[in-house]
Amino acid sequence: MVDGTRLTLGVADLADFVRGAAFMGAGGGGDPYIGYLLLQQQMRESGRLQIVSASQLDEEDFIVPVGCMGAPTVMTEKIPSIGALETALGTLEQLQGRKATAIIPLEIGGINATVPLVLAARRGLPVVNGDGMGRAFPEIQMVTFGAYGCPISPVVVTNETDDVVIVHSRDNKQGEDLARSVVTQMGGMAQISLYPMSGGDVRRTCVPDTLTLALAIGRAIGGASASGRDPFTALFKTLDRCEPARDYRVLFDGKVVDVRRETRGGFNVGVVSLNGLDGGRGQFEVHFQNENTVAYRDGRIVAVVPDIIAVLDRDTAEPITAEQVRYGQRVKVLGVTVPERMTTAAALEVFGPGAFSIDAAYRPLWQLAG
Amino acid sequence: MQLGVDVGGTNTDAALLAGGAVIASIKTPTTADIGSGIVRAIREVLRVSALPHDRIDTVVIGTTQFTNAFVERRRLNPVGVIRLCLPAARDLAPMSAWPDDLRGAIGDHTWLLPGGYEFDGREIAPFDERAVRAAVQAIKARGLRAVAVSCVCSPINGAMEQRVGKIVAEEIPDAAVTLSGEIGKIGLVERENAAIMNASMASLSKHVVGAIRDALRSLGITAPFHLSQNDGTLMSADHVERYPVLTFSSGPTNSMRGAAFLSGVRDGIVVDIGGTTTDVGALINGYPRELTLPVDVGGVRTNFRMPDVVSVGLGGGSIVREQSALTIGPDSVGFRLTEEARVFGGETLTATDIVVAAGLEDIGDRSRVASLDPSLIDRALNLMNRTVEDVIDQVKTQAGNVPIVLVGGGSIIVSAKLQGAERVVVPEHSAEANAIGAAMAQVGGVVDKVYSYRDKPRKISINQAKIDAVERVILAGGDPAGIEIVELEEVPLTYSGNDSVRIRVKAVSDLLHPDSNLAVAANG
Repeated sequence: MVDGTRLTLGVADLADFVRGAAFMGAGGGGDPYIGYLLLQQQMRESGRLQIVSASQLDEEDFIVPVGCMGAPTVMTEKIPSIGALETALGTLEQLQGRKATAIIPLEIGGINATVPLVLAARRGLPVVNGDGMGRAFPEIQMVTFGAYGCPISPVVVTNETDDVVIVHSRDNKQGEDLARSVVTQMGGMAQISLYPMSGGDVRRTCVPDTLTLALAIGRAIGGASASGRDPFTALFKTLDRCEPARDYRVLFDGKVVDVRRETRGGFNVGVVSLNGLDGGRGQFEVHFQNENTVAYRDGRIVAVVPDIIAVLDRDTAEPITAEQVRYGQRVKVLGVTVPERMTTAAALEVFGPGAFSIDAAYRPLWQLAG
Repeated sequence: MQLGVDVGGTNTDAALLAGGAVIASIKTPTTADIGSGIVRAIREVLRVSALPHDRIDTVVIGTTQFTNAFVERRRLNPVGVIRLCLPAARDLAPMSAWPDDLRGAIGDHTWLLPGGYEFDGREIAPFDERAVRAAVQAIKARGLRAVAVSCVCSPINGAMEQRVGKIVAEEIPDAAVTLSGEIGKIGLVERENAAIMNASMASLSKHVVGAIRDALRSLGITAPFHLSQNDGTLMSADHVERYPVLTFSSGPTNSMRGAAFLSGVRDGIVVDIGGTTTDVGALINGYPRELTLPVDVGGVRTNFRMPDVVSVGLGGGSIVREQSALTIGPDSVGFRLTEEARVFGGETLTATDIVVAAGLEDIGDRSRVASLDPSLIDRALNLMNRTVEDVIDQVKTQAGNVPIVLVGGGSIIVSAKLQGAERVVVPEHSAEANAIGAAMAQVGGVVDKVYSYRDKPRKISINQAKIDAVERVILAGGDPAGIEIVELEEVPLTYSGNDSVRIRVKAVSDLLHPDSNLAVAANG
């Protein structure tokens, strides 16, 4: 049952949680395995995480989103530095003159779903059950926090050599651009804290209960596979029970026949082409910019941001990230709608199709996929 | 003449090849000491072929001994681990997610030291020779004789790892050193895991390679011998002694390579049916398609190149039951087939009994299955075919019918008319496809590096990677005339400001002089 008010997360839940976070990552967010290892290690030391519902936050609460910014591949070599993340949080606390009362993940995708939890466990802080993207997005201005009026600044960017860069920007997109150039100089990966918010801000702007949803999705897929049941049936059951309800569609069932990737403007941009398994079920394409952004069947859009487009192993339903998609893989592509807070005009302005230069208006899955 | 030997868990097979043809192939039981089984297999294949041993130019051995040892935690030695990374990568200690019993076998002897590289090649911190030397001396003082070295971004620049290797050689001359950059790709955790796994088998690899050497010597075979690695290419015996971990999963690879060779099929599906399981994998360009997502071996996450093989519990010894529904397998009478199967006088109904009862094969005593219900026989044959067809469909890389090669001792249990097959090929000597695959292994060269498309445009970067891979094949003894690029893959490094892309290229070729000594097979 997906119920955001009573979530606990123990070491035994972590494998399911990161699997669900990879699903929510919509192809992006980086290899969740490293985040899993970091969190497992921290929680063996410090025990269970304290998780609070966004609805329980007080106006006086001071909530800080934290995470890693950079190339997923670099994170697999340099490994996110929890010390540097702590510095990022500490610097923001100093700048604001107050101590954080809770941490919230910037995004619930991939490695950034776990790294904030590691810091929270280390600092003994609670984690807010929610995030700013309801999935993963490639840029740090693409959050509901910003869409509903919270400023990105100051952005604190840190690395393992204790360099600290503080960005005060005129707007949120400029904050992204400036921080990214720092991240590049820092070796392609950095730790960040940003969007300092009150408890009321978070209540008003975050995508709630996404930790719960990630765990439920991961548990459905993993549990079904382990006991020989169909993981897709289990996954759909979980999405059916979501509050608010999620619509979903199997957009395609096929094989990867081509992966074109290129680096454009510092992003991982590309197209995955699929053919139906029996050869007679049409052509399918998933376009990605770090995360999967739009899916076409026979040239027609069937799903588009901010709805989640997830590429899953067609047998095990294990999520496959955009970096892991390879020629020959047998996959199902699933579309999942997002909560209303992510599809308002204000939200679509920062992470709707236009923000990705997709020449189409957002229409939810059920209108597009039929 | 090439001699291929496959040392499996149950059987040791041997095959002789000359001029692109199989002269003879045989099957014998594997022995506990490995060596005597190899001796027996080689004697037997030479006897069958009626050829003298001095006609053998090269020997290639395929073995699952190392995989099995690691999975069963047998004969592993403790390892000193040095990681060059500080001040980065310190939040995740080496072996942090390993199973406890395995960590117990390998010990907790780890040092995190300054060093490592950024993706663009800048140093994270300078190499600290004094700190490294102190760590190595501590390793020596603890009596350890196996050392694993890892370093952030060592696949991009191996210099720091090599400096550690030199210091270990100076301080502990008899130590076995594994440098992570020489066996693994990008991904510190998986690459370091591979280095530690490898170092933990240092004494076992000496033993196994020594046993093979002794076996060959006792037979008077002086030809150089090689072992086949997980992707079906060759390694010299010396290389295996240093990098036993690279033999992981060579069994399925050899059987698929053997199937490709025996059948002439380059692109298709190989179905290897043994006594207990059926392994199905896809051939691309004569090589097995490899796994894309990392897998755990013995509880440890690795990113080795491994064939993408789907297994199902169906084989010649699979037990046939009819209760509420008809089932075949996944349990099997295994190596007891010749005692327990009905046609061999036993009481268990097996897949083999069904085939004999149907009159498709004549093995054992057919009268013992004469009273079987014909409808059961029909349904069982159908179920076995359907099971294999389902796996074939999962494995297919392209829509439509494809050539299917049937190998392995249990291949009699399916018909030659499989759904989804353009044609079904059951080549001669198919029962020993493993040993044949070992005998015809090729040399490979891999380049896995980060290039900047801003400095060198895509086309030039890819060409450079191809040239480097080809060079590695030639250095390893490959025939420059027949080199093929079998893999090419690009992964852009997101957010980097200089359009960095990771390119992985693998080139392969036949041995230029089968009777010459191999240089160390190059693998990035």
